[in-house]
Amino acid sequence: MENNHLNGSDHGGHGHDDGHIAEAHHPSYGINVLVWIGLLSLTAITVAVAGINLGSLALTVALMIALVKSMFVINFFMHLKFDNKVFKIFLGICMVTFAVVMILTFFDLTFRF
Amino acid sequence: MANGTIAVPPQTAEIDFYNVRGRHKGILSWLLTIDHKRIGILYLGSVVFFFLVAMTIGVFMRLEMLSPGETFMKPQTYNSLFTLHGVIMIFLFIIPAVPAVFGNFFLPIQLGAQDVQFPKLNLLSWYLYIIGGALAIISLFSGGGIMDTGWTFYVPYSIRTTTNVSLSVFAAFVLGFATILTGLNFITTIHRLRCPGMTWFRMPLFAWALYATSWIQVLATPVIGITLVLIILERAFGIGVFDPTIGGDPLLYQHMFWIYSHPAVYIMILPAMGVVSEIIPTFSKKAIFGYVPIAISSLGIALVGYLVWGHHMFSSGISDTSRVIFSLLTFFVALPSGIKVFNWVATLYKGSIDVTAPMLYVLLFIFIFSIGGLTGLALGALNTDLHLTDTYFVVGHFHYVMFGGMGIIFFASLHYWFPKMFGKMYNEKVAKVAAIWIGIGFNTLYFPMFIMGYLGMPRRYYDYLPEFQTYHIIATVGSWILVSGILVMFFNLLQGLRKGRKAPDNPWGGTTLEWTVSSPPPMENFKIIPEVTTGPYDHTHIHGQEDNK
Repeated sequence: MENNHLNGSDHGGHGHDDGHIAEAHHPSYGINVLVWIGLLSLTAITVAVAGINLGSLALTVALMIALVKSMFVINFFMHLKFDNKVFKIFLGICMVTFAVVMILTFFDLTFRF
Repeated sequence: MANGTIAVPPQTAEIDFYNVRGRHKGILSWLLTIDHKRIGILYLGSVVFFFLVAMTIGVFMRLEMLSPGETFMKPQTYNSLFTLHGVIMIFLFIIPAVPAVFGNFFLPIQLGAQDVQFPKLNLLSWYLYIIGGALAIISLFSGGGIMDTGWTFYVPYSIRTTTNVSLSVFAAFVLGFATILTGLNFITTIHRLRCPGMTWFRMPLFAWALYATSWIQVLATPVIGITLVLIILERAFGIGVFDPTIGGDPLLYQHMFWIYSHPAVYIMILPAMGVVSEIIPTFSKKAIFGYVPIAISSLGIALVGYLVWGHHMFSSGISDTSRVIFSLLTFFVALPSGIKVFNWVATLYKGSIDVTAPMLYVLLFIFIFSIGGLTGLALGALNTDLHLTDTYFVVGHFHYVMFGGMGIIFFASLHYWFPKMFGKMYNEKVAKVAAIWIGIGFNTLYFPMFIMGYLGMPRRYYDYLPEFQTYHIIATVGSWILVSGILVMFFNLLQGLRKGRKAPDNPWGGTTLEWTVSSPPPMENFKIIPEVTTGPYDHTHIHGQEDNK
């Protein structure tokens, strides 16, 4: 699907920030299995924590566990850990945006009543 | 030598993209095309169709408001019409119009590329747009009838109404995917397909505006997708996320809706601002004043615009602390917007101004958008907003910003790039008359809304007190002037398309790369990829425009 007319390279003199996919750095099967076991464990922890009455902290704890899980998926299964810096910056922008939106929304809820 | 290009071989001897023989012929050459220019033209036909439909609905709405009580339609019909008008205008015209039509057509050429990064994904975006539009049309004639919630789909009414909300919001959901994919395509194209020498700060400002817009499209649109799906689930299964009777929070809906829909306002206006930054230097015959601040202010608007959604909820019952924060953040948006306007005006200063039709639309835009922006401050301030919220003042403000901003610049873009897109010239005199005509109609239609709103006329009301009738009559007459002006404009462009004389490659003396290729451009734009050595608005090598009279 990619347009190959220009060989996919960055012609604007910014080749250093839009690099190639580092195909040589796939994680091994062992690492993938370890990550998978880690994800299953974190899911179990999420379920277990849901049974504890943490009050207003319950949501924060659940989100933190979800954050750790997503970092595992993004870094290992989606190869971001081995990829170019620009993609990490892209993800960082998305994460910061999401965090700010969550904070502003829940800020309202905290002060509403 | 536009854009300071070197080594640009003669590009004009090639066959234009309309006449290149590809794998398919006739209608299939359009429906299966992956050429960004053809896809841009497909979008153009589609958005103009939906614009004309929504405009007609708007005329009917204004006719109904000519007198208090029933003029010629029932209240339920009126509710459905203002919903339809909003949904079609927002989701099918204003959001896609400039990026999907002119972005698709001109972004790759302005970057010195042969196409967007993902041409097939680009075609898929158009199909998703058409499927979304078709679903919206089907929703009119199926289920419980035409949706009557307003384009904001506010709960709990949107959960309770028996009209066909589910299919309509699903249509908007599908349209969202078209937007996301276009945004993704543009971001990747800008990062990876700039020609040699086209550094970030040598990109045309239209590309900068599309870059900022694309980020909002990618980051914000999924939020509305999730929200709309939750409405469908709430209606179908009563899951209790938004419905207060089963533990939901209706304000959460408003937060989620506006987390998308306020940035969406910048999806609508930022590309238009990019076009203004192209047209003003071209017709002032000088480099744009403050290139870097304008480029960065696009990102600034995208950034700050993402954080101000709460100002739509000042009277909805959100916390006082939130209201103060959102009000403060709202005022910050005025800064990057002001930077743009002041730099545009500074560019005009001591320029060799040529008031052509596109320039006339841009001047009209600056006038109208300034009124729209300043009235926005009255709505962003907590105290005045409580008086003005949900009145015609908001309707006036919204139309001054959106129609006066994006709509007028859509017309400007059509006139500016028409010779390049179609290889024909239109009648300049008629185009100018139409622009002035539209300007008069626009202000006659929408300015009385500020006064009505200030005096207390609520928005979306079918009936009103007799004291408001004079303003409604003026506004309705304004709608007739405006619509007739728009029809004259389109007729003139169609006449140009049919009978216009051949356009030169660079009729306006433009300096960006699209003016180095033939009109219409050849397939894949450039036989040899150009190399750029200076910024995009260098007029030192332009020795007067070619004859376009």
